[in-house]
Amino acid sequence: MIVLQSVTKRYADTAVVDDVSIELGHPGITSVIGANGAGKSTLLSMIGRLLLIDSGTITVDGLDVTTTRGALLARRLAVLRQDNHLTARLTVRDLVAFGRFPHGRGRLGPSDREAIDRAIDYLDLDPVGGRFLDELSGGQRQRAFLAMTLAQDTEYLLLDEPLNSLDLRHCVQTMRLLRRAADDLGKRIVLVLHDINFAAAYSDRIVAMRAGRIHVAGKPTEVITTAVLRQVYGLDIAVDEFGGHPMAIYHL
Amino acid sequence: MPTDTLSQAVTGVAPFVRRHRVCFWILALTGVTVLLVTAYLFTDVTGSWDYVVQLRTRKLAAMLLVAVAVATATVLFQTVTENRILTPAIMGLDALYVLIQTVVVYLFGASALAATDPVLRWTVEIVVLVLFATALFQWIFTGAGRSIHLLVLVGVLFGVLFRSVTHLLQRMIDPAEFVVLQDAFFASFSVSERLLGLSAVTITFAAAGLVLIGRQLDVLVLGRAHAIGLGVHHRQLVAIVFALVSVLVAVSTALVGPITFLGLIVANLAYHLIGSHRHWHTIPAAILLAVIFLVGGHLLLERVFDLGTVLAVVIEFVGGIFFLILVTRKGTR
Repeated sequence: MIVLQSVTKRYADTAVVDDVSIELGHPGITSVIGANGAGKSTLLSMIGRLLLIDSGTITVDGLDVTTTRGALLARRLAVLRQDNHLTARLTVRDLVAFGRFPHGRGRLGPSDREAIDRAIDYLDLDPVGGRFLDELSGGQRQRAFLAMTLAQDTEYLLLDEPLNSLDLRHCVQTMRLLRRAADDLGKRIVLVLHDINFAAAYSDRIVAMRAGRIHVAGKPTEVITTAVLRQVYGLDIAVDEFGGHPMAIYHL
Repeated sequence: MPTDTLSQAVTGVAPFVRRHRVCFWILALTGVTVLLVTAYLFTDVTGSWDYVVQLRTRKLAAMLLVAVAVATATVLFQTVTENRILTPAIMGLDALYVLIQTVVVYLFGASALAATDPVLRWTVEIVVLVLFATALFQWIFTGAGRSIHLLVLVGVLFGVLFRSVTHLLQRMIDPAEFVVLQDAFFASFSVSERLLGLSAVTITFAAAGLVLIGRQLDVLVLGRAHAIGLGVHHRQLVAIVFALVSVLVAVSTALVGPITFLGLIVANLAYHLIGSHRHWHTIPAAILLAVIFLVGGHLLLERVFDLGTVLAVVIEFVGGIFFLILVTRKGTR
């Protein structure tokens, strides 16, 4: 489990994440929702060691993220962010191979090649394996980065807004894929989402953040309610049910 | 499906082709280097064969060391800054080296510079440079911003400061001593064997350090966030690279004075020719290209143009144009 204890992050005098204690990484998919500036990405960045923690502790399976060796953590926890700007030209296969870095420190053995092949295959990237990333569409590039994190072969997978700048089709494909990875491969996925209906439809658990604190955490039916959404987003949103999932009608 | 078979073939063939592309270019560049080096040493010998070849060997050794130092430093610097139009010269490391020399002459006189044990002087200079790079790094990188670009920007400001202080001190120095000082920074490749030995030893140490971090460097092409996600200790790695770069810059500045654009040309040509993100491929290619530029340039200048101009001038001229092309073509990358 990923355990956060009184975690705080401040910029100047404002606490962006304010004394948060929570357990993340239950089996299946956990979505983190909340308004802009609620501290979702900051929280994920601290778990992923991209930001220093001002106070409090974060542990992954009992390993403190600030003191444990990076390579050890990287074998348990993969992080995917949306700033996928690269200075070098890489092929899809090169990129996916990077996922094996925490295991072999850059040397690829037969088991590594197998893992790379599996990840590429799992994301249907075989036809474009030798292509350069800058020749791919946004959706394909996204899948290539996902393949890299799968090749990393970790139990936990953190994704920061994986649906950003994807069209509807690719959004649905990505969510189905993550659901599949959670169910078939036993991945424990934590992702920041803006679309609460995707969160409602695909998550086992939803964490709603508000002003740097955890507002509610629970099953989709417990979190996606008119009352909670009013507190989290400051909007009156009707919630209906469709196919067993709560669906928020927020476009009207 | 023909398209499927085709793309499958492409998938299978692409890495194969790429591996051979790296081999091909490394071999080709090595070939050219050997040719140029042989031509430089053994053609057009007039007078005593021994004397000429010995003199040329020393010059050649200086060029090889500078090529290794400049090419490696530039590739490393560009990797950690995630930017392909920067060179270490921007950080003011070479300016600091010149400042140290100037301060010594200003305080103790030119005779002191000549009198001190070169090994001691060399060690002190390298240590000061590495300390500066490390201190700057600690100060900026552990502060609130923690941005590599802030680090580079502060480096630029220090560079300007060092140059200004150097100019001020040089104006206050006795003109006779200033001549000695100026002589030390003139980009010439006629250097003492002692200095060559020291440089070679230093570069060997730097290379050993580089081998230890080589594979982690490769991950940096994915950017800071991914590198950390894959278990690279980014802060530590960048600190090591900055220390290595400052040592390499010190070596090349000590040998031939500040060279700005050579690294930029060879690093970018190497990326372009090799088409690989691996430092194990790009750094050797960049080094070979640097040797080709330096030795080839010397051959041209000495044998064809009869020493009409200084090599540094030509390299800076060509490099400047190359830099402008890079900037206009790639924008902010």
